[in-house]
Amino acid sequence: MPSHPALSSTTPLGEAVRTRPQRRARIIAVTSGKGGVGKTFVSANLAAALTRHGLKVLVLDADLGLANLDVVLNLYPKITLHDVFTGKAELEDALLAGPGGFSVLLAGSGMVEYSHLTPEIRAKFLQVVETMAPRFDVVLLDTGAGISDVVLFSVSMADEVLIVATPEPTSLTDAYAAIKVLATQQKRQHMRLVINQAVRPGDGRAITGQLQQVLNRFVTTEDGQPVRLLHMGDIPADPAVRDSVMRRQLLLQATPGCAAALSVAQLANKIKSMLPP
Amino acid sequence: MTGSATYQSVFLRDLRLSTAHSLVTQSGAPGFVLPNETPTRYLQALIDGLCELSLRDPLTGLANRRHFRTMLEREVDRMARSGEAALLLMLDIDHFKKINDTHGHIAGDIVLQSVARTLLGCVRPMDTLARYGGEEFAIVLPSCQATYGRAIAERIREAIESTMIRVSPALALNVSVSIGGAYALQWIRSTTQLWIERADNQLYQAKSAGRNRICIEEQPDSTVSAEEKSMLFGPLSTYFSPTDADPSTAPLGGPLDPAGTSQ
Repeated sequence: MPSHPALSSTTPLGEAVRTRPQRRARIIAVTSGKGGVGKTFVSANLAAALTRHGLKVLVLDADLGLANLDVVLNLYPKITLHDVFTGKAELEDALLAGPGGFSVLLAGSGMVEYSHLTPEIRAKFLQVVETMAPRFDVVLLDTGAGISDVVLFSVSMADEVLIVATPEPTSLTDAYAAIKVLATQQKRQHMRLVINQAVRPGDGRAITGQLQQVLNRFVTTEDGQPVRLLHMGDIPADPAVRDSVMRRQLLLQATPGCAAALSVAQLANKIKSMLPP
Repeated sequence: MTGSATYQSVFLRDLRLSTAHSLVTQSGAPGFVLPNETPTRYLQALIDGLCELSLRDPLTGLANRRHFRTMLEREVDRMARSGEAALLLMLDIDHFKKINDTHGHIAGDIVLQSVARTLLGCVRPMDTLARYGGEEFAIVLPSCQATYGRAIAERIREAIESTMIRVSPALALNVSVSIGGAYALQWIRSTTQLWIERADNQLYQAKSAGRNRICIEEQPDSTVSAEEKSMLFGPLSTYFSPTDADPSTAPLGGPLDPAGTSQ
């Protein structure tokens, strides 16, 4: 699967864009545009589902402490990325074992102050991802909502972008805006879409088609090609999701047979098929 | 009320104020006198005068780099809240070193002052105009629509190019500027440092492309226009169709139908 073409050394916002080492994880940014659509839920449960395929998976709180990854995973470690960034701990010490057998890097609440990205933080952030990438098959970047430069920067490190949206118009408008910015600014030729809280079968496919039509009309990448939006699946609205979140459990562990869990497993199958054999 | 010194009496004669006094009076308009009805009013006026001085570039009277940085920070915060586009322009006088080398530093100073005056005539009162470094100027333009940015920069470039600067009775010069610009992006909370970097990059490009020209960063469009929204959710939308009143007959409208929210 082709990733976005190699960019010049910096994007318009000045983010460094890595050069690609030989063998390393597929880095997937999970992002949304609008908050509260289930990014972290998808990241955590997708990580668990991919782990069941025997893949080594890392989930990284790329929202620098504003994500709810710690809450969703019920993890409250003493050492976080914040300590690594401030030189108080080694990266190894911040690496946690998540509930589903995957690894987790949490940012820590001290990172809130980094919601303004400095070049130093960018460099350190990039270094963390670079260090971890060769050791995993998949790295999921659980990014923040909106289009802050923290989000743009974390997405710029990813090979693939997985956009989570719900069928609500506000969520779709924001997802559309995010796709537009990522297409024009990071010159991404394709992005992947998963529709969370889908109400009926076929929702996601129809929504993807609708978004694609608008993108075809209004957004072209630099080489004149339209942005391709790939539908990765729907996660149905399922009361079991809420229950698992309330119980601070992964859906895949709490109710592995429920409709939403099955669709996350399907999503994992699709993601797995994107990976090199 | 600040600090613990609030209730302590201060005697003016115990303070070394003569330097500050002359700095402030000299910088004021001719005939400017510091008020002396009470020691408090005098000190307050003196402090205000010093603050004002600390924000200005002495040669051109424009905001200095310190003041500019504060204004830029404020603009980044305002932007993130209001979502209004703001433009940062960085300007550099072309071949300024040659002017200094050929005609001397006094001529150079006169050129800087003249450029500053021309710039003042090109911007709105709400814009912040600063001398950023030697022959480099910076302008923050709040609430600047993307489509106007280039026009404003072009107006500045033309105004400077067409202004004759009399540096001595026998000599008039004429200079050009290169301009680089970058928008603070809507929705994006960025940093002043990144913003300056981006504008500076464009300035560098304007210089390398031959000077006396403008380069403004293409703005990635993060706004969703009414036209885009109407295509997403309007009557032609296959997914969202506000005209489908009955969910049972509308395979793709129905419970998710955002009727009324699409406008």
